[in-house]
Parts: sequence; structure tokens; C-alpha cells
Amino acid sequence: MVKMDLNDLVNEKSEWLRGEGPRSDIVMSTRVRLARNLDGYPFFSRAKDEQRKNVLEKLVSVFKKNDLLKDAALIRIKDISEVDREFLVERHLMSQEHAVCVERKGLVVGKGEILSIMINEEDHLRMQILRSALNIREAWTAIDALDTSLGKSLTFAYSNRFGYLTACPTNTGTGLRASVMLHLPALEMTGQIEKVYEAISKLGLTIRGFYGEGSEAAGNFFQISNQVALGHSEGDILDNLERVINRTISREEQTRGYLIDKKKRETQDGIFRSYGTLKSARIITSRETIKLLSAVRLGVDLGIISGIDTSSLNEILLLMHPAHLQKINSKQLSSHERDIKRADMIRGKIGGGN
Amino acid sequence: MKCDECGIREAAIHLTEVVNDKVTKLHLCEQCAREKSKEMQSHFGLTDLISGLMDFGPQQRQEAASPRGKGPTCGSCGMSYSEFQKFGKLGCGKCYEAFEDKFSSLLRSIHGSDKHIGKMPFRGTSVVPEQEKMRQLKEELEALIRSEEFEKAAVMRDRIRELEETVEKHGEDGS
Ligand SMILES: [Zn+2]
Ligand SMILES: [Zn+2]
Repeated sequence: MVKMDLNDLVNEKSEWLRGEGPRSDIVMSTRVRLARNLDGYPFFSRAKDEQRKNVLEKLVSVFKKNDLLKDAALIRIKDISEVDREFLVERHLMSQEHAVCVERKGLVVGKGEILSIMINEEDHLRMQILRSALNIREAWTAIDALDTSLGKSLTFAYSNRFGYLTACPTNTGTGLRASVMLHLPALEMTGQIEKVYEAISKLGLTIRGFYGEGSEAAGNFFQISNQVALGHSEGDILDNLERVINRTISREEQTRGYLIDKKKRETQDGIFRSYGTLKSARIITSRETIKLLSAVRLGVDLGIISGIDTSSLNEILLLMHPAHLQKINSKQLSSHERDIKRADMIRGKIGGGN
Repeated sequence: MKCDECGIREAAIHLTEVVNDKVTKLHLCEQCAREKSKEMQSHFGLTDLISGLMDFGPQQRQEAASPRGKGPTCGSCGMSYSEFQKFGKLGCGKCYEAFEDKFSSLLRSIHGSDKHIGKMPFRGTSVVPEQEKMRQLKEELEALIRSEEFEKAAVMRDRIRELEETVEKHGEDGS
């Protein structure tokens, strides 16, 4: 394994932000994760400190010998600052839960931030592959290979009847959760997103707004994941998800076509107004940023706005978060200061000298 | 614990919500939860609703009526079924055996099934045969020493050393 300086990551583009790959006009990223526990140890919340320590050290020693992880870095969560923890959460490398109760917790981050493994989260191991665009199969192949490889040196808690045993019964069985993050502005604008919600819940899947408060999703970013982890093979679970994702994509595509055909003026108007505000604002909240970014992104996808690429929009979507802004500026910032620095950062990326 | 919404009735449903990267806990009574259910469906995952699901389940009511009121307990980690119902999380892998009867119906209500048909762990790993081989060789060595066949024992001892070295070397590869 290698050493990692978190400050180097600030200027690095995560793979999932590349904005390239299958259906990157509508799909932002694909995440596939597996939950595993070591046989013979209580799950994290029930384990004593000594047991948590043993799990951490055992996993670290196995990881160090694993060829698939030779370029990966190990981070002990208690050794890094609170801002750095937030920073890793913002980069989708670990969960919010992993940033609290940090004793005996670890994180492994692979090259390009595609792979990450949380040690001692709710389960002893939570391994994930995060790819840009729609890449369910590739992500699965990679995580499956890692799981198989680790399984040769570790005995996972498993029962013939229930499959892989996890702390939460929603993960029991395959321990698999695959999530696809989509940008669905046309479905939202035309009020069809409610129908998508209804249809999806009947298919063993869930959908939720990716950003935003309460029941209102900010910026039309949605995440669709499998809800069911037991009683179906991994292949079937992923096929089902992929089928529904493809149907959702074509529906969004059709609706975008309709907006261009029948509502061109209105669509253009909304997009250009958003673009104008985003590239000229001097103070901007994260909520407003997400909302405007969604409109600008649609403008780029529809060919209405030219001269910006999707990857710089994705970059803004990441850099606008509190810990990122604070790391870029190398100091603590109040909420109001962040709104100012956020606007500066955005103008730096797409302002064109404004 | 009292309900966060009305502050009067006892909270029966415990939810975890992540908003703007902040984790908030919400404790609701049955009535307030039902009123909020439309809102909840849209932004609470099923994971968080589990403890609620179980509280509403008919089994829980029977349990409450039984004199012990605790249900089965896991012999390995000591978690009782009522503790599990409260937190929605299990204590260890053995809990699955301890709560097997109740778990079938719970898992069916979550996944529509209680039988795993996916990937299985790879047992009989490359580590195990090497260790097994070592154990056999050491037994043979002891037998040779007992029967005072020291020349053969010396050869055997060297083979064991060799094997120990290769096992260690394997381990260091790619570190
Ligand atoms: Zn109430
Ligand atoms: Zn247990």
C-alpha cells in the first residue's frame, strides 16, 4: 500500500467526475458496494474496543498483502482532522457515519478514487467501486474480484440459508447495493418524476433526491438503488437495476426532445437565466448552486450552451461543498464566507473573466 | 422516550435522516409517524423504517403479551430480540441463528425472500492447504523423532523450514 496526502486530492479529479462514459449526458455516476463481516467477531456496534482493534489490524495486514490493493492508501480516521473527514465524505469515499466515533476506523482509497473500503463502519468491511457514467457491469466485475481475492485470506460471516450476514437485515444475503446517480431535469419539470417514484418502488428499487432538504430534491439529481439484497443473484439484481435505469434514461431523453420541440423558448430562457446567475454571482449558497448547475448542465446536454464541458460542471458540484471550500482556501470559513468563496470558485471555473 | 413531534405519546419509530451531510435522529409515535408517512416515504430509506416495521408487526404485540417479553437471546453476543427491535441492527453473525424463526418473516417482508441464492464465499483457500500440509509434516517429524530416525527427521525438518519460508514469502508479495 502507499502513502496518501489528502491535500493532493483537492486538486485531483475523481474518476467519477470525469463526465465521460456511457450515457454521461444523463447518468453522473455508478456505485457498487459489498458489505462483509469477519466470522468470529461481533459486528462493530456490539464489539469491544479490543475486538474492533483486532478487526482493524487483521484487515490492514491482509490488505497489505493483496495485489489488487498495492496502489491503495490506508487512512486511520482518528489521525485526520474533522475537515479532512468531511472532505472524504463529500468525495463519496466514505459515509457520514464513518466520520463519527472514529476510534478503530479505517479507510482504504485506491488510485483515482475508484475503489474505497471502509473498515469498521456498521459492517467490518464496506467496499465500493465508484465510476463515472453508467458502468454497472464494470463496477461489479471489479468489486467481485476484490471480494473473491480477500475471501481467500479472510473468513466472512456467512450462512447457507441467509447468505452474507450483515449488521442490518436490509443488506443480508448478497450484501450488495448498486446505486446510479442520474440527472433528470426534464422528468422533474414536466411532473413525471412522481410516476418514476411510484414505478420504482414496485420493482425492488428505491429512488431518492441526491441533494437537498426535506422531500424536495435540489437540482434534479436522483439516486436509484436496489432495495432487495436477498433471494436474487447479484446478476439478477444488477440486471433489474440496469433495465429500470435504461427505461428512465429513455423517458428523460424523450422528454428533453419534447422540451426542445415544443417549449424551446421557455427552455432556453430558463437555462440562460441560470447560466447568467451562476457565472456572475458574488455570493451563492450550495442549494442555489446545485439548482443552477442542473439548468446549465441541461443547457450543455441540449447544445444550447457551448464552451463549457460537463467535467467542469461536475467539478463545481464537488468543490462547492464546505470541507472542499475550506481545504482550497486552507482555512476555516463561516457559512457566509463559504458562500462568497463558492461564488469566487465558480467564476474561476466558468466565469470567463466576469 | 417521548415523540419529537407531539411530545406527548411514547415514541415507537426511530429514524435516522441525513440532510446536508448532517445526521439527525427523529423519534415519533405511531400516530405522528402515520401522519408524516407521506413525507417519510420520499426521504427516509427503508433501512431506517425497519425498527418501525417491527414495532408494528403482529409478533411484537404477542411478545409484549408474553410474560418474559424479551424473546430469544443470542448466545454468542448476548443481544436479545427486543434489543434488536429497538436498534434495528444485529449484534453478530450468530444472532441470525438465534433469531432464525422470527427472521424468516422479517427478511421476507424486506426482500420478498429468506433464502440466499447469490455468491458464496470461497472456502478451502490456498492458505488452508498450506497450513494443513505443515501440520501433517510436523506430525510426521514428531513420529520420526519418537522412533529415533534422526536422519530422516533432519530432512523433514528442512522441508518444513522451506515450506514456512515460502508461506511467508507469499505473504510479503505485493505489500
Ligand atoms: Zn407524536
Ligand atoms: Zn449475536
